[in-house]
Amino acid sequence: MIKQITAPLTHETIAGLKAGDMVEISGVIYTARDAAHKRMMDLVISNQPLPFNIREQIIYYVGPCPAPEGKVIGSAGPTTSGRMDKYTPKLIEMGLTGMIGKGQRSDEVISAMKQYGAVYFGAVGGAAALISKCIISQEVIAFADLGTEAVRKMVVNRFPVIVVIDQYGNNLYDSGRKKYRVKELNHD
Amino acid sequence: MREIHIDQVIACVEKLCMDANYYLNEDIYRAIEEAGNREKSEIGKMVLANLRENADIAKNEKMAICQDTGMTVVFLEVGQDVHVTGGSLNDAVNEGVRRGYKKGNLRCAVVKHPITRQNTQDNTPAVIHTQIVPGDRILIQLAPKGFGSENMSALAMLKPSDGSEGVMDFIVKTVSEAGPNPCPPVIVGVGIGGTMEKAALLSKKALLRPIGSCSDDPLAANMEKELVERINTLGIGPAGIGGSITTLAVHIDIFPTHIAGLPVAVNIGCHATRHASAILP
Repeated sequence: MIKQITAPLTHETIAGLKAGDMVEISGVIYTARDAAHKRMMDLVISNQPLPFNIREQIIYYVGPCPAPEGKVIGSAGPTTSGRMDKYTPKLIEMGLTGMIGKGQRSDEVISAMKQYGAVYFGAVGGAAALISKCIISQEVIAFADLGTEAVRKMVVNRFPVIVVIDQYGNNLYDSGRKKYRVKELNHD
Repeated sequence: MREIHIDQVIACVEKLCMDANYYLNEDIYRAIEEAGNREKSEIGKMVLANLRENADIAKNEKMAICQDTGMTVVFLEVGQDVHVTGGSLNDAVNEGVRRGYKKGNLRCAVVKHPITRQNTQDNTPAVIHTQIVPGDRILIQLAPKGFGSENMSALAMLKPSDGSEGVMDFIVKTVSEAGPNPCPPVIVGVGIGGTMEKAALLSKKALLRPIGSCSDDPLAANMEKELVERINTLGIGPAGIGGSITTLAVHIDIFPTHIAGLPVAVNIGCHATRHASAILP
């Protein structure tokens, strides 16, 4: 069964999400990856506002391809989230409730998710053309000079993701792997 | 002596950039399809079906298979009886990349300096490996390499006494530690032997081999088979969320090495491991 949820993402919604849930997200989300995170953290350090109010928002880790003529956006799949780990606990503390990406997160990120309440969604890495079909509109709202790495406001419709790490600390990457591991011979 | 004008090179590279990024190779498409029949996880099966649907959309709508259209790796085999006219061969390759990425709406992901990190805005420079070979043609193999998988690659200078078991342990460990990051099911390119950089180059080039091919070396061919089995016991699965198919293929290339060394390079390719090639003229 696929759960339908809307963004912004309230604490009430994420309380009901468990690792392994298949979810479709509709509503407004924001994009930021490596360079945008660095700049946002510079803003936080110098006590300046972020380009958007981060409270109860979802950040999608993506650097999309340019939009071909007649399309809203080019291919737009998730990038590896771990590179944002250094910056993420602070953003969660400031109210971020959702992240979409791929790959493992650090212990620091997971403990911030548990402490403040946030959920990590995995999108299918490499399904970038397919995912682009869920993006109804997009506009650059900050750091336009970063090109593909700029912060974008996106409206998405039924963006398919899987809850990988819930706010209770359950991790599908770990549990899923354990379930299908055949034997303990490979350095695991 | 055959003359090849750089305009031919530019046009060819421009087209290969788009072809490699839009069209998933048939052998890989089939391997994903076949993996779907063997995958035990229901969500894993769904992920594999998504990947095929994604490839279909990319092909039909001429969109990038993945938004990470990579750093462009180009292998050139230049016949020794070819005379390139009109300018520099390397410049021509880069011009082709520049045009292909712009025309093809492909993402520009190259930064000029690894520390200061300003985007060059045209995905150049490409990483170009040129080999002089007999003949009067130029073979161009172009492989856009995304960094989700590139970042999970590794190299070890093992001891000769580590032998094939040590080599296989290192390869399995590298894939295991990569976990969900490199967009599994992965294709694993391995270079064994040579020097440090030779092993790395072999591992990259091994990714270009068709799925289903096996190493010319009987020992390496056996290791390939054993490694596919071992890696698929890890449980990482499609998209890393658990499953029985973690790799589509392991390709090992070997080269003679020094009496004191056993270099091993593991270059991980994602489930798309894009590449396209053409021969000039």
